[in-house]
Amino acid sequence: MTTPVTVPATRATPRSPRSATLAAFRALVVRDLTVLDKNLGRFLPGALMQPLLLVFVFTYLFPLIGQGVGGEAGAARFSTLLLPGIVAHSIIFVGIFTVGMNLITELEAEELEDRVLAPTPTATVAVARIAAGALQALIAGLVVFPVAAFLPATPVYLQPDWPVLLTMLPLTCLTSAALGLALGVLFEPRSAPWLFSVVALPLSFLGAIFYTWQSLEPLPVLQYAVLLNPLVYMSEGLRAATVTGMVHLPLPTVYGALVVFIGVFAVVGVRGFRRRVLS
Amino acid sequence: MPPGEAIRTEGLRKVYPGGLVAVASLDLTVRPGEIFGLLGPNGAGKTTTVGMLTTRIVPTEGAAVVGGVDVVSDPARARQVIGVVSQANNLDRGLTTWENLYFHGRYFGMGVKAARAAADQWLEAFRLTHKAKARVDALSGGMKRRLVLAKAMLHGPAVVFLDEPTAGLDPQSRLALWEIIQALHAAGQTVFLTTHYMEEADRFCDRVAVMDHGGILALDTPTNLKRSLRAGVSVSVRAEGDVERLADQLGAVDGATGAWAKDGAVRLHLDSADGALGKILTAAEQGGFRVTDVSVSEATLETVFFSLTGQDLRE
Repeated sequence: MTTPVTVPATRATPRSPRSATLAAFRALVVRDLTVLDKNLGRFLPGALMQPLLLVFVFTYLFPLIGQGVGGEAGAARFSTLLLPGIVAHSIIFVGIFTVGMNLITELEAEELEDRVLAPTPTATVAVARIAAGALQALIAGLVVFPVAAFLPATPVYLQPDWPVLLTMLPLTCLTSAALGLALGVLFEPRSAPWLFSVVALPLSFLGAIFYTWQSLEPLPVLQYAVLLNPLVYMSEGLRAATVTGMVHLPLPTVYGALVVFIGVFAVVGVRGFRRRVLS
Repeated sequence: MPPGEAIRTEGLRKVYPGGLVAVASLDLTVRPGEIFGLLGPNGAGKTTTVGMLTTRIVPTEGAAVVGGVDVVSDPARARQVIGVVSQANNLDRGLTTWENLYFHGRYFGMGVKAARAAADQWLEAFRLTHKAKARVDALSGGMKRRLVLAKAMLHGPAVVFLDEPTAGLDPQSRLALWEIIQALHAAGQTVFLTTHYMEEADRFCDRVAVMDHGGILALDTPTNLKRSLRAGVSVSVRAEGDVERLADQLGAVDGATGAWAKDGAVRLHLDSADGALGKILTAAEQGGFRVTDVSVSEATLETVFFSLTGQDLRE
């Protein structure tokens, strides 16, 4: 350097703990959305590909080549029950793969240190991750909606129950993001492939996406075992919110279970996060 | 905290799970506006000390106050008064150079306008404006370090901590960084840094604490540390035969303040260089040694470290 360095006298005014936490929280969420915005070109194809294929094969190709379920009426019923399932599936995939995977790599690279040094309790950084992750999940759920509604060969009968939909969507998105935080702190890069094989696949196939929970009645053991799967409540809840004429889990059960899952995942995630970034 | 103290620790201790005592019991005071250096070899406990003072490592025992805030009981508030340059360049790789500074300001509660202006100013001050839109991965090592330091300074911390700031930098970048650190010092900034480069500690630090095995062995200005040894020069004497016996022989010469046998040679500290060579050769000859090599160097902090621990700093 040739000319002498002049030191700027910039300064952040110290704030009360509450105000500092609010400011940091907001900035952390905006930071995550800024990064999402930059990566939208990668995020959207990732979010759309699997639902697109599922909808295409099950509700367009199968009926076309005569492998449809239960004739034309059956096919229409299937397309209809699949729509909320696919939306729930997209939402949970964002949690597992976007929130979870990102966190795994960032924790490994100690990349979160600059945010952990923000003047707020460490938990704020983790909770901001849940908030930003939930918004990302919501975006994924919303872009998948038209795919699942208009692509199937047979009509999809939608009848939104708005109050349920407007409460269910945020809850499903928060469940997904909190799950992502918990997975992100529990898994290491070495075990990350398990996220797909051991976490995502069983959750998806046993998540009441392709069938209603009620229809598992012939297999009571399975029917009750899948109640440990948060995706079951997400699918059933969104089903209750978007279509009529299908038996779903009682709404209080769905709301209650989602709230419990959010709580458990958040506690596991925040504790694990603190353990990973502080020593 | 009494005025005149930027950092104060009392009995600060860290034992990691598994029983490793990284810092045994640390009592030190850093004055406002000084460059305070923690000098020691790798594994001495320097990084753990900085980690505890910057809220990322929770002490097992003891107290630490930085900029008037108790780091242990109120880490969230303490983060408002500290700036941290850790060994891993703690930059946000999802963001550009400019955004790294802007969001840092926002995390610390600056408004949009203030954060923008601050980001611009620091880029300008540290000659990074032309890289404002670059991804941080595209920056050179020296630029990254400058950006981390700009981030650490942006919110106006009472103390800025630098953990091995020049490690891994080329000589030119090292010099540029020291120029910046000295400019911060001139502006009244309190700087707490760790290093295992004794020349840097000697040249740039107002006071130096020599650390090894989790404890502080000596703490003073570099000049006083060297003076306290009464060692004007450090001499390395190589000879054929039993070096242990040679060490005893040389340790007895007039003006010797310490002699150690090490790696087939004798390390001798003398109060002054006057007539040193003659005294050494005479003493060696009297003991029946044939001296093969003698090298004399001025006392440095390395000499201080050696006389405190019997080890070289970089072993």
